[in-house]
Amino acid sequence: MPIPPPLQFYNEPLPGVDPAELQGKLIVIEGPDSVGRSTQVSKLRAWLEQRGHAVLDTGLARGALAGKGIADAKEGNTLGPVTMTMFYVTDFADRLENEIVPALRAGFVVITDRYIFSLMARGIARGEDAVWLEKLAGFALVPHAVYYLRADVPTLVSRVVMGRGSFDFWESGMDLRFGPDMYDSFIRYQTRVIRALDRMSKKYEFKSIDASKPADQIFRELQRSIGELFPAKRTVAKKRRSASA
Amino acid sequence: MSLALMPILTPNRFKGKLIVVEGIDGSGKSTQLSLLAQWLRSQGLAVAFSEWNSSPLVRDTTRRGKKKQMFTPTTFSLIHATDFADRQERYIMPMLKAGAIVCADRFAYTAFARDVVRGVSPKWVRNVYRFAIQPNLAFYFRVPLEVALGRILGGRDSIKYYEAGMDLNLSRRIEESFRLFQGRILEEYDAMTQEMGFHVIDATGSIEDQQAQMREVVMQKLSDAIATGQILQDERAYRANTAAAPVL
Repeated sequence: MPIPPPLQFYNEPLPGVDPAELQGKLIVIEGPDSVGRSTQVSKLRAWLEQRGHAVLDTGLARGALAGKGIADAKEGNTLGPVTMTMFYVTDFADRLENEIVPALRAGFVVITDRYIFSLMARGIARGEDAVWLEKLAGFALVPHAVYYLRADVPTLVSRVVMGRGSFDFWESGMDLRFGPDMYDSFIRYQTRVIRALDRMSKKYEFKSIDASKPADQIFRELQRSIGELFPAKRTVAKKRRSASA
Repeated sequence: MSLALMPILTPNRFKGKLIVVEGIDGSGKSTQLSLLAQWLRSQGLAVAFSEWNSSPLVRDTTRRGKKKQMFTPTTFSLIHATDFADRQERYIMPMLKAGAIVCADRFAYTAFARDVVRGVSPKWVRNVYRFAIQPNLAFYFRVPLEVALGRILGGRDSIKYYEAGMDLNLSRRIEESFRLFQGRILEEYDAMTQEMGFHVIDATGSIEDQQAQMREVVMQKLSDAIATGQILQDERAYRANTAAAPVL
């Protein structure tokens, strides 16, 4: 099934949302844990605002409705895999309806740190059915671009060890114990997540970026590609620069 | 009924059995289910009980959403599915594996009725609940709207915002909104009765009659599983039941 054009629904319309009213841009940064997504999102935000765009940035489990419930659930020891998927989809729907759609109506550029693809990949890594997940999240809007920061598992391991300095319970898939300790479980779980994302890559038209490159270089690639989403118009800043030259 | 609308729930491959009751508010289903559960326990069977919208993990989120009226049809549907997922993963499934009879007061069918009235697509919400275990028995307590309203409106001091479907803007008066909302839910239940294979109980009958009908259906359906010991029984009750049989 071909992917609909940007700002249409993948599968199922959301009650009360008319895609014809939406005018902004929706940009998705995807990729596994610790791959450097949030660094890029904050750089992009600053850059786009300099260019005069209003920007909304959002990400998983940040919604007003379910964000706290998810955080609390992850503190406990009873959160099951299907419940986790459902909770995250609830949060996603809340942010889509109450943050993303209103921002798009108002002509904002929305940058989202992960989208339905991470939710689906985590579910698939935990043994859930891909078709079920796809239909479940089918009310998502098709983004203008999905940038997939791709890294292999050894790269992720070194990011975790050099960066935060410890493995995270959930990022290691320890709820299902893919291995005897956090290291082994992390390797196996993240391998599954990456495999699931790779499989989505073609169907959902991901633009893949090698995340092992330096952050500045990744940022330049993103700038170049995102720049093409906007009509070729010289910005005020550039005009001034060329005038003074 | 179109095939596209057939729910594909997860088959129950476990030893235990799942019995669910459905119906609009005021249909008397909870009373009937608790009488049934008591009776099953008295027969020496292991009985577990699970109620719609009761997961401790999700409670605070639901409460926040209701209090601040943050729900849309989609998030209202999803948070109840999250609640159900938690109860199923943490309680219903382990109990079924152990061979208990799980009695559920409302099930996915409540979402198929209520959430569709709220405006989500029937196809989408049926997919949402594909992880739900297929009940062995589903009772639908059918009652005319006015009878149910009489039971509810007489006995309660206040109807809550979402219970009355106030989010649908059917009426600005809460009692009128409740009436219209429940009426539409009733239509959805009636429309899916055949599709879902409900055992329909006439909920205008006496409590005793309804309970007798329920027990009869349950015995028919479960007697084999009880006889073979597939369903978990109290050891003493099991011995008492088998003592009468000749031992060679």
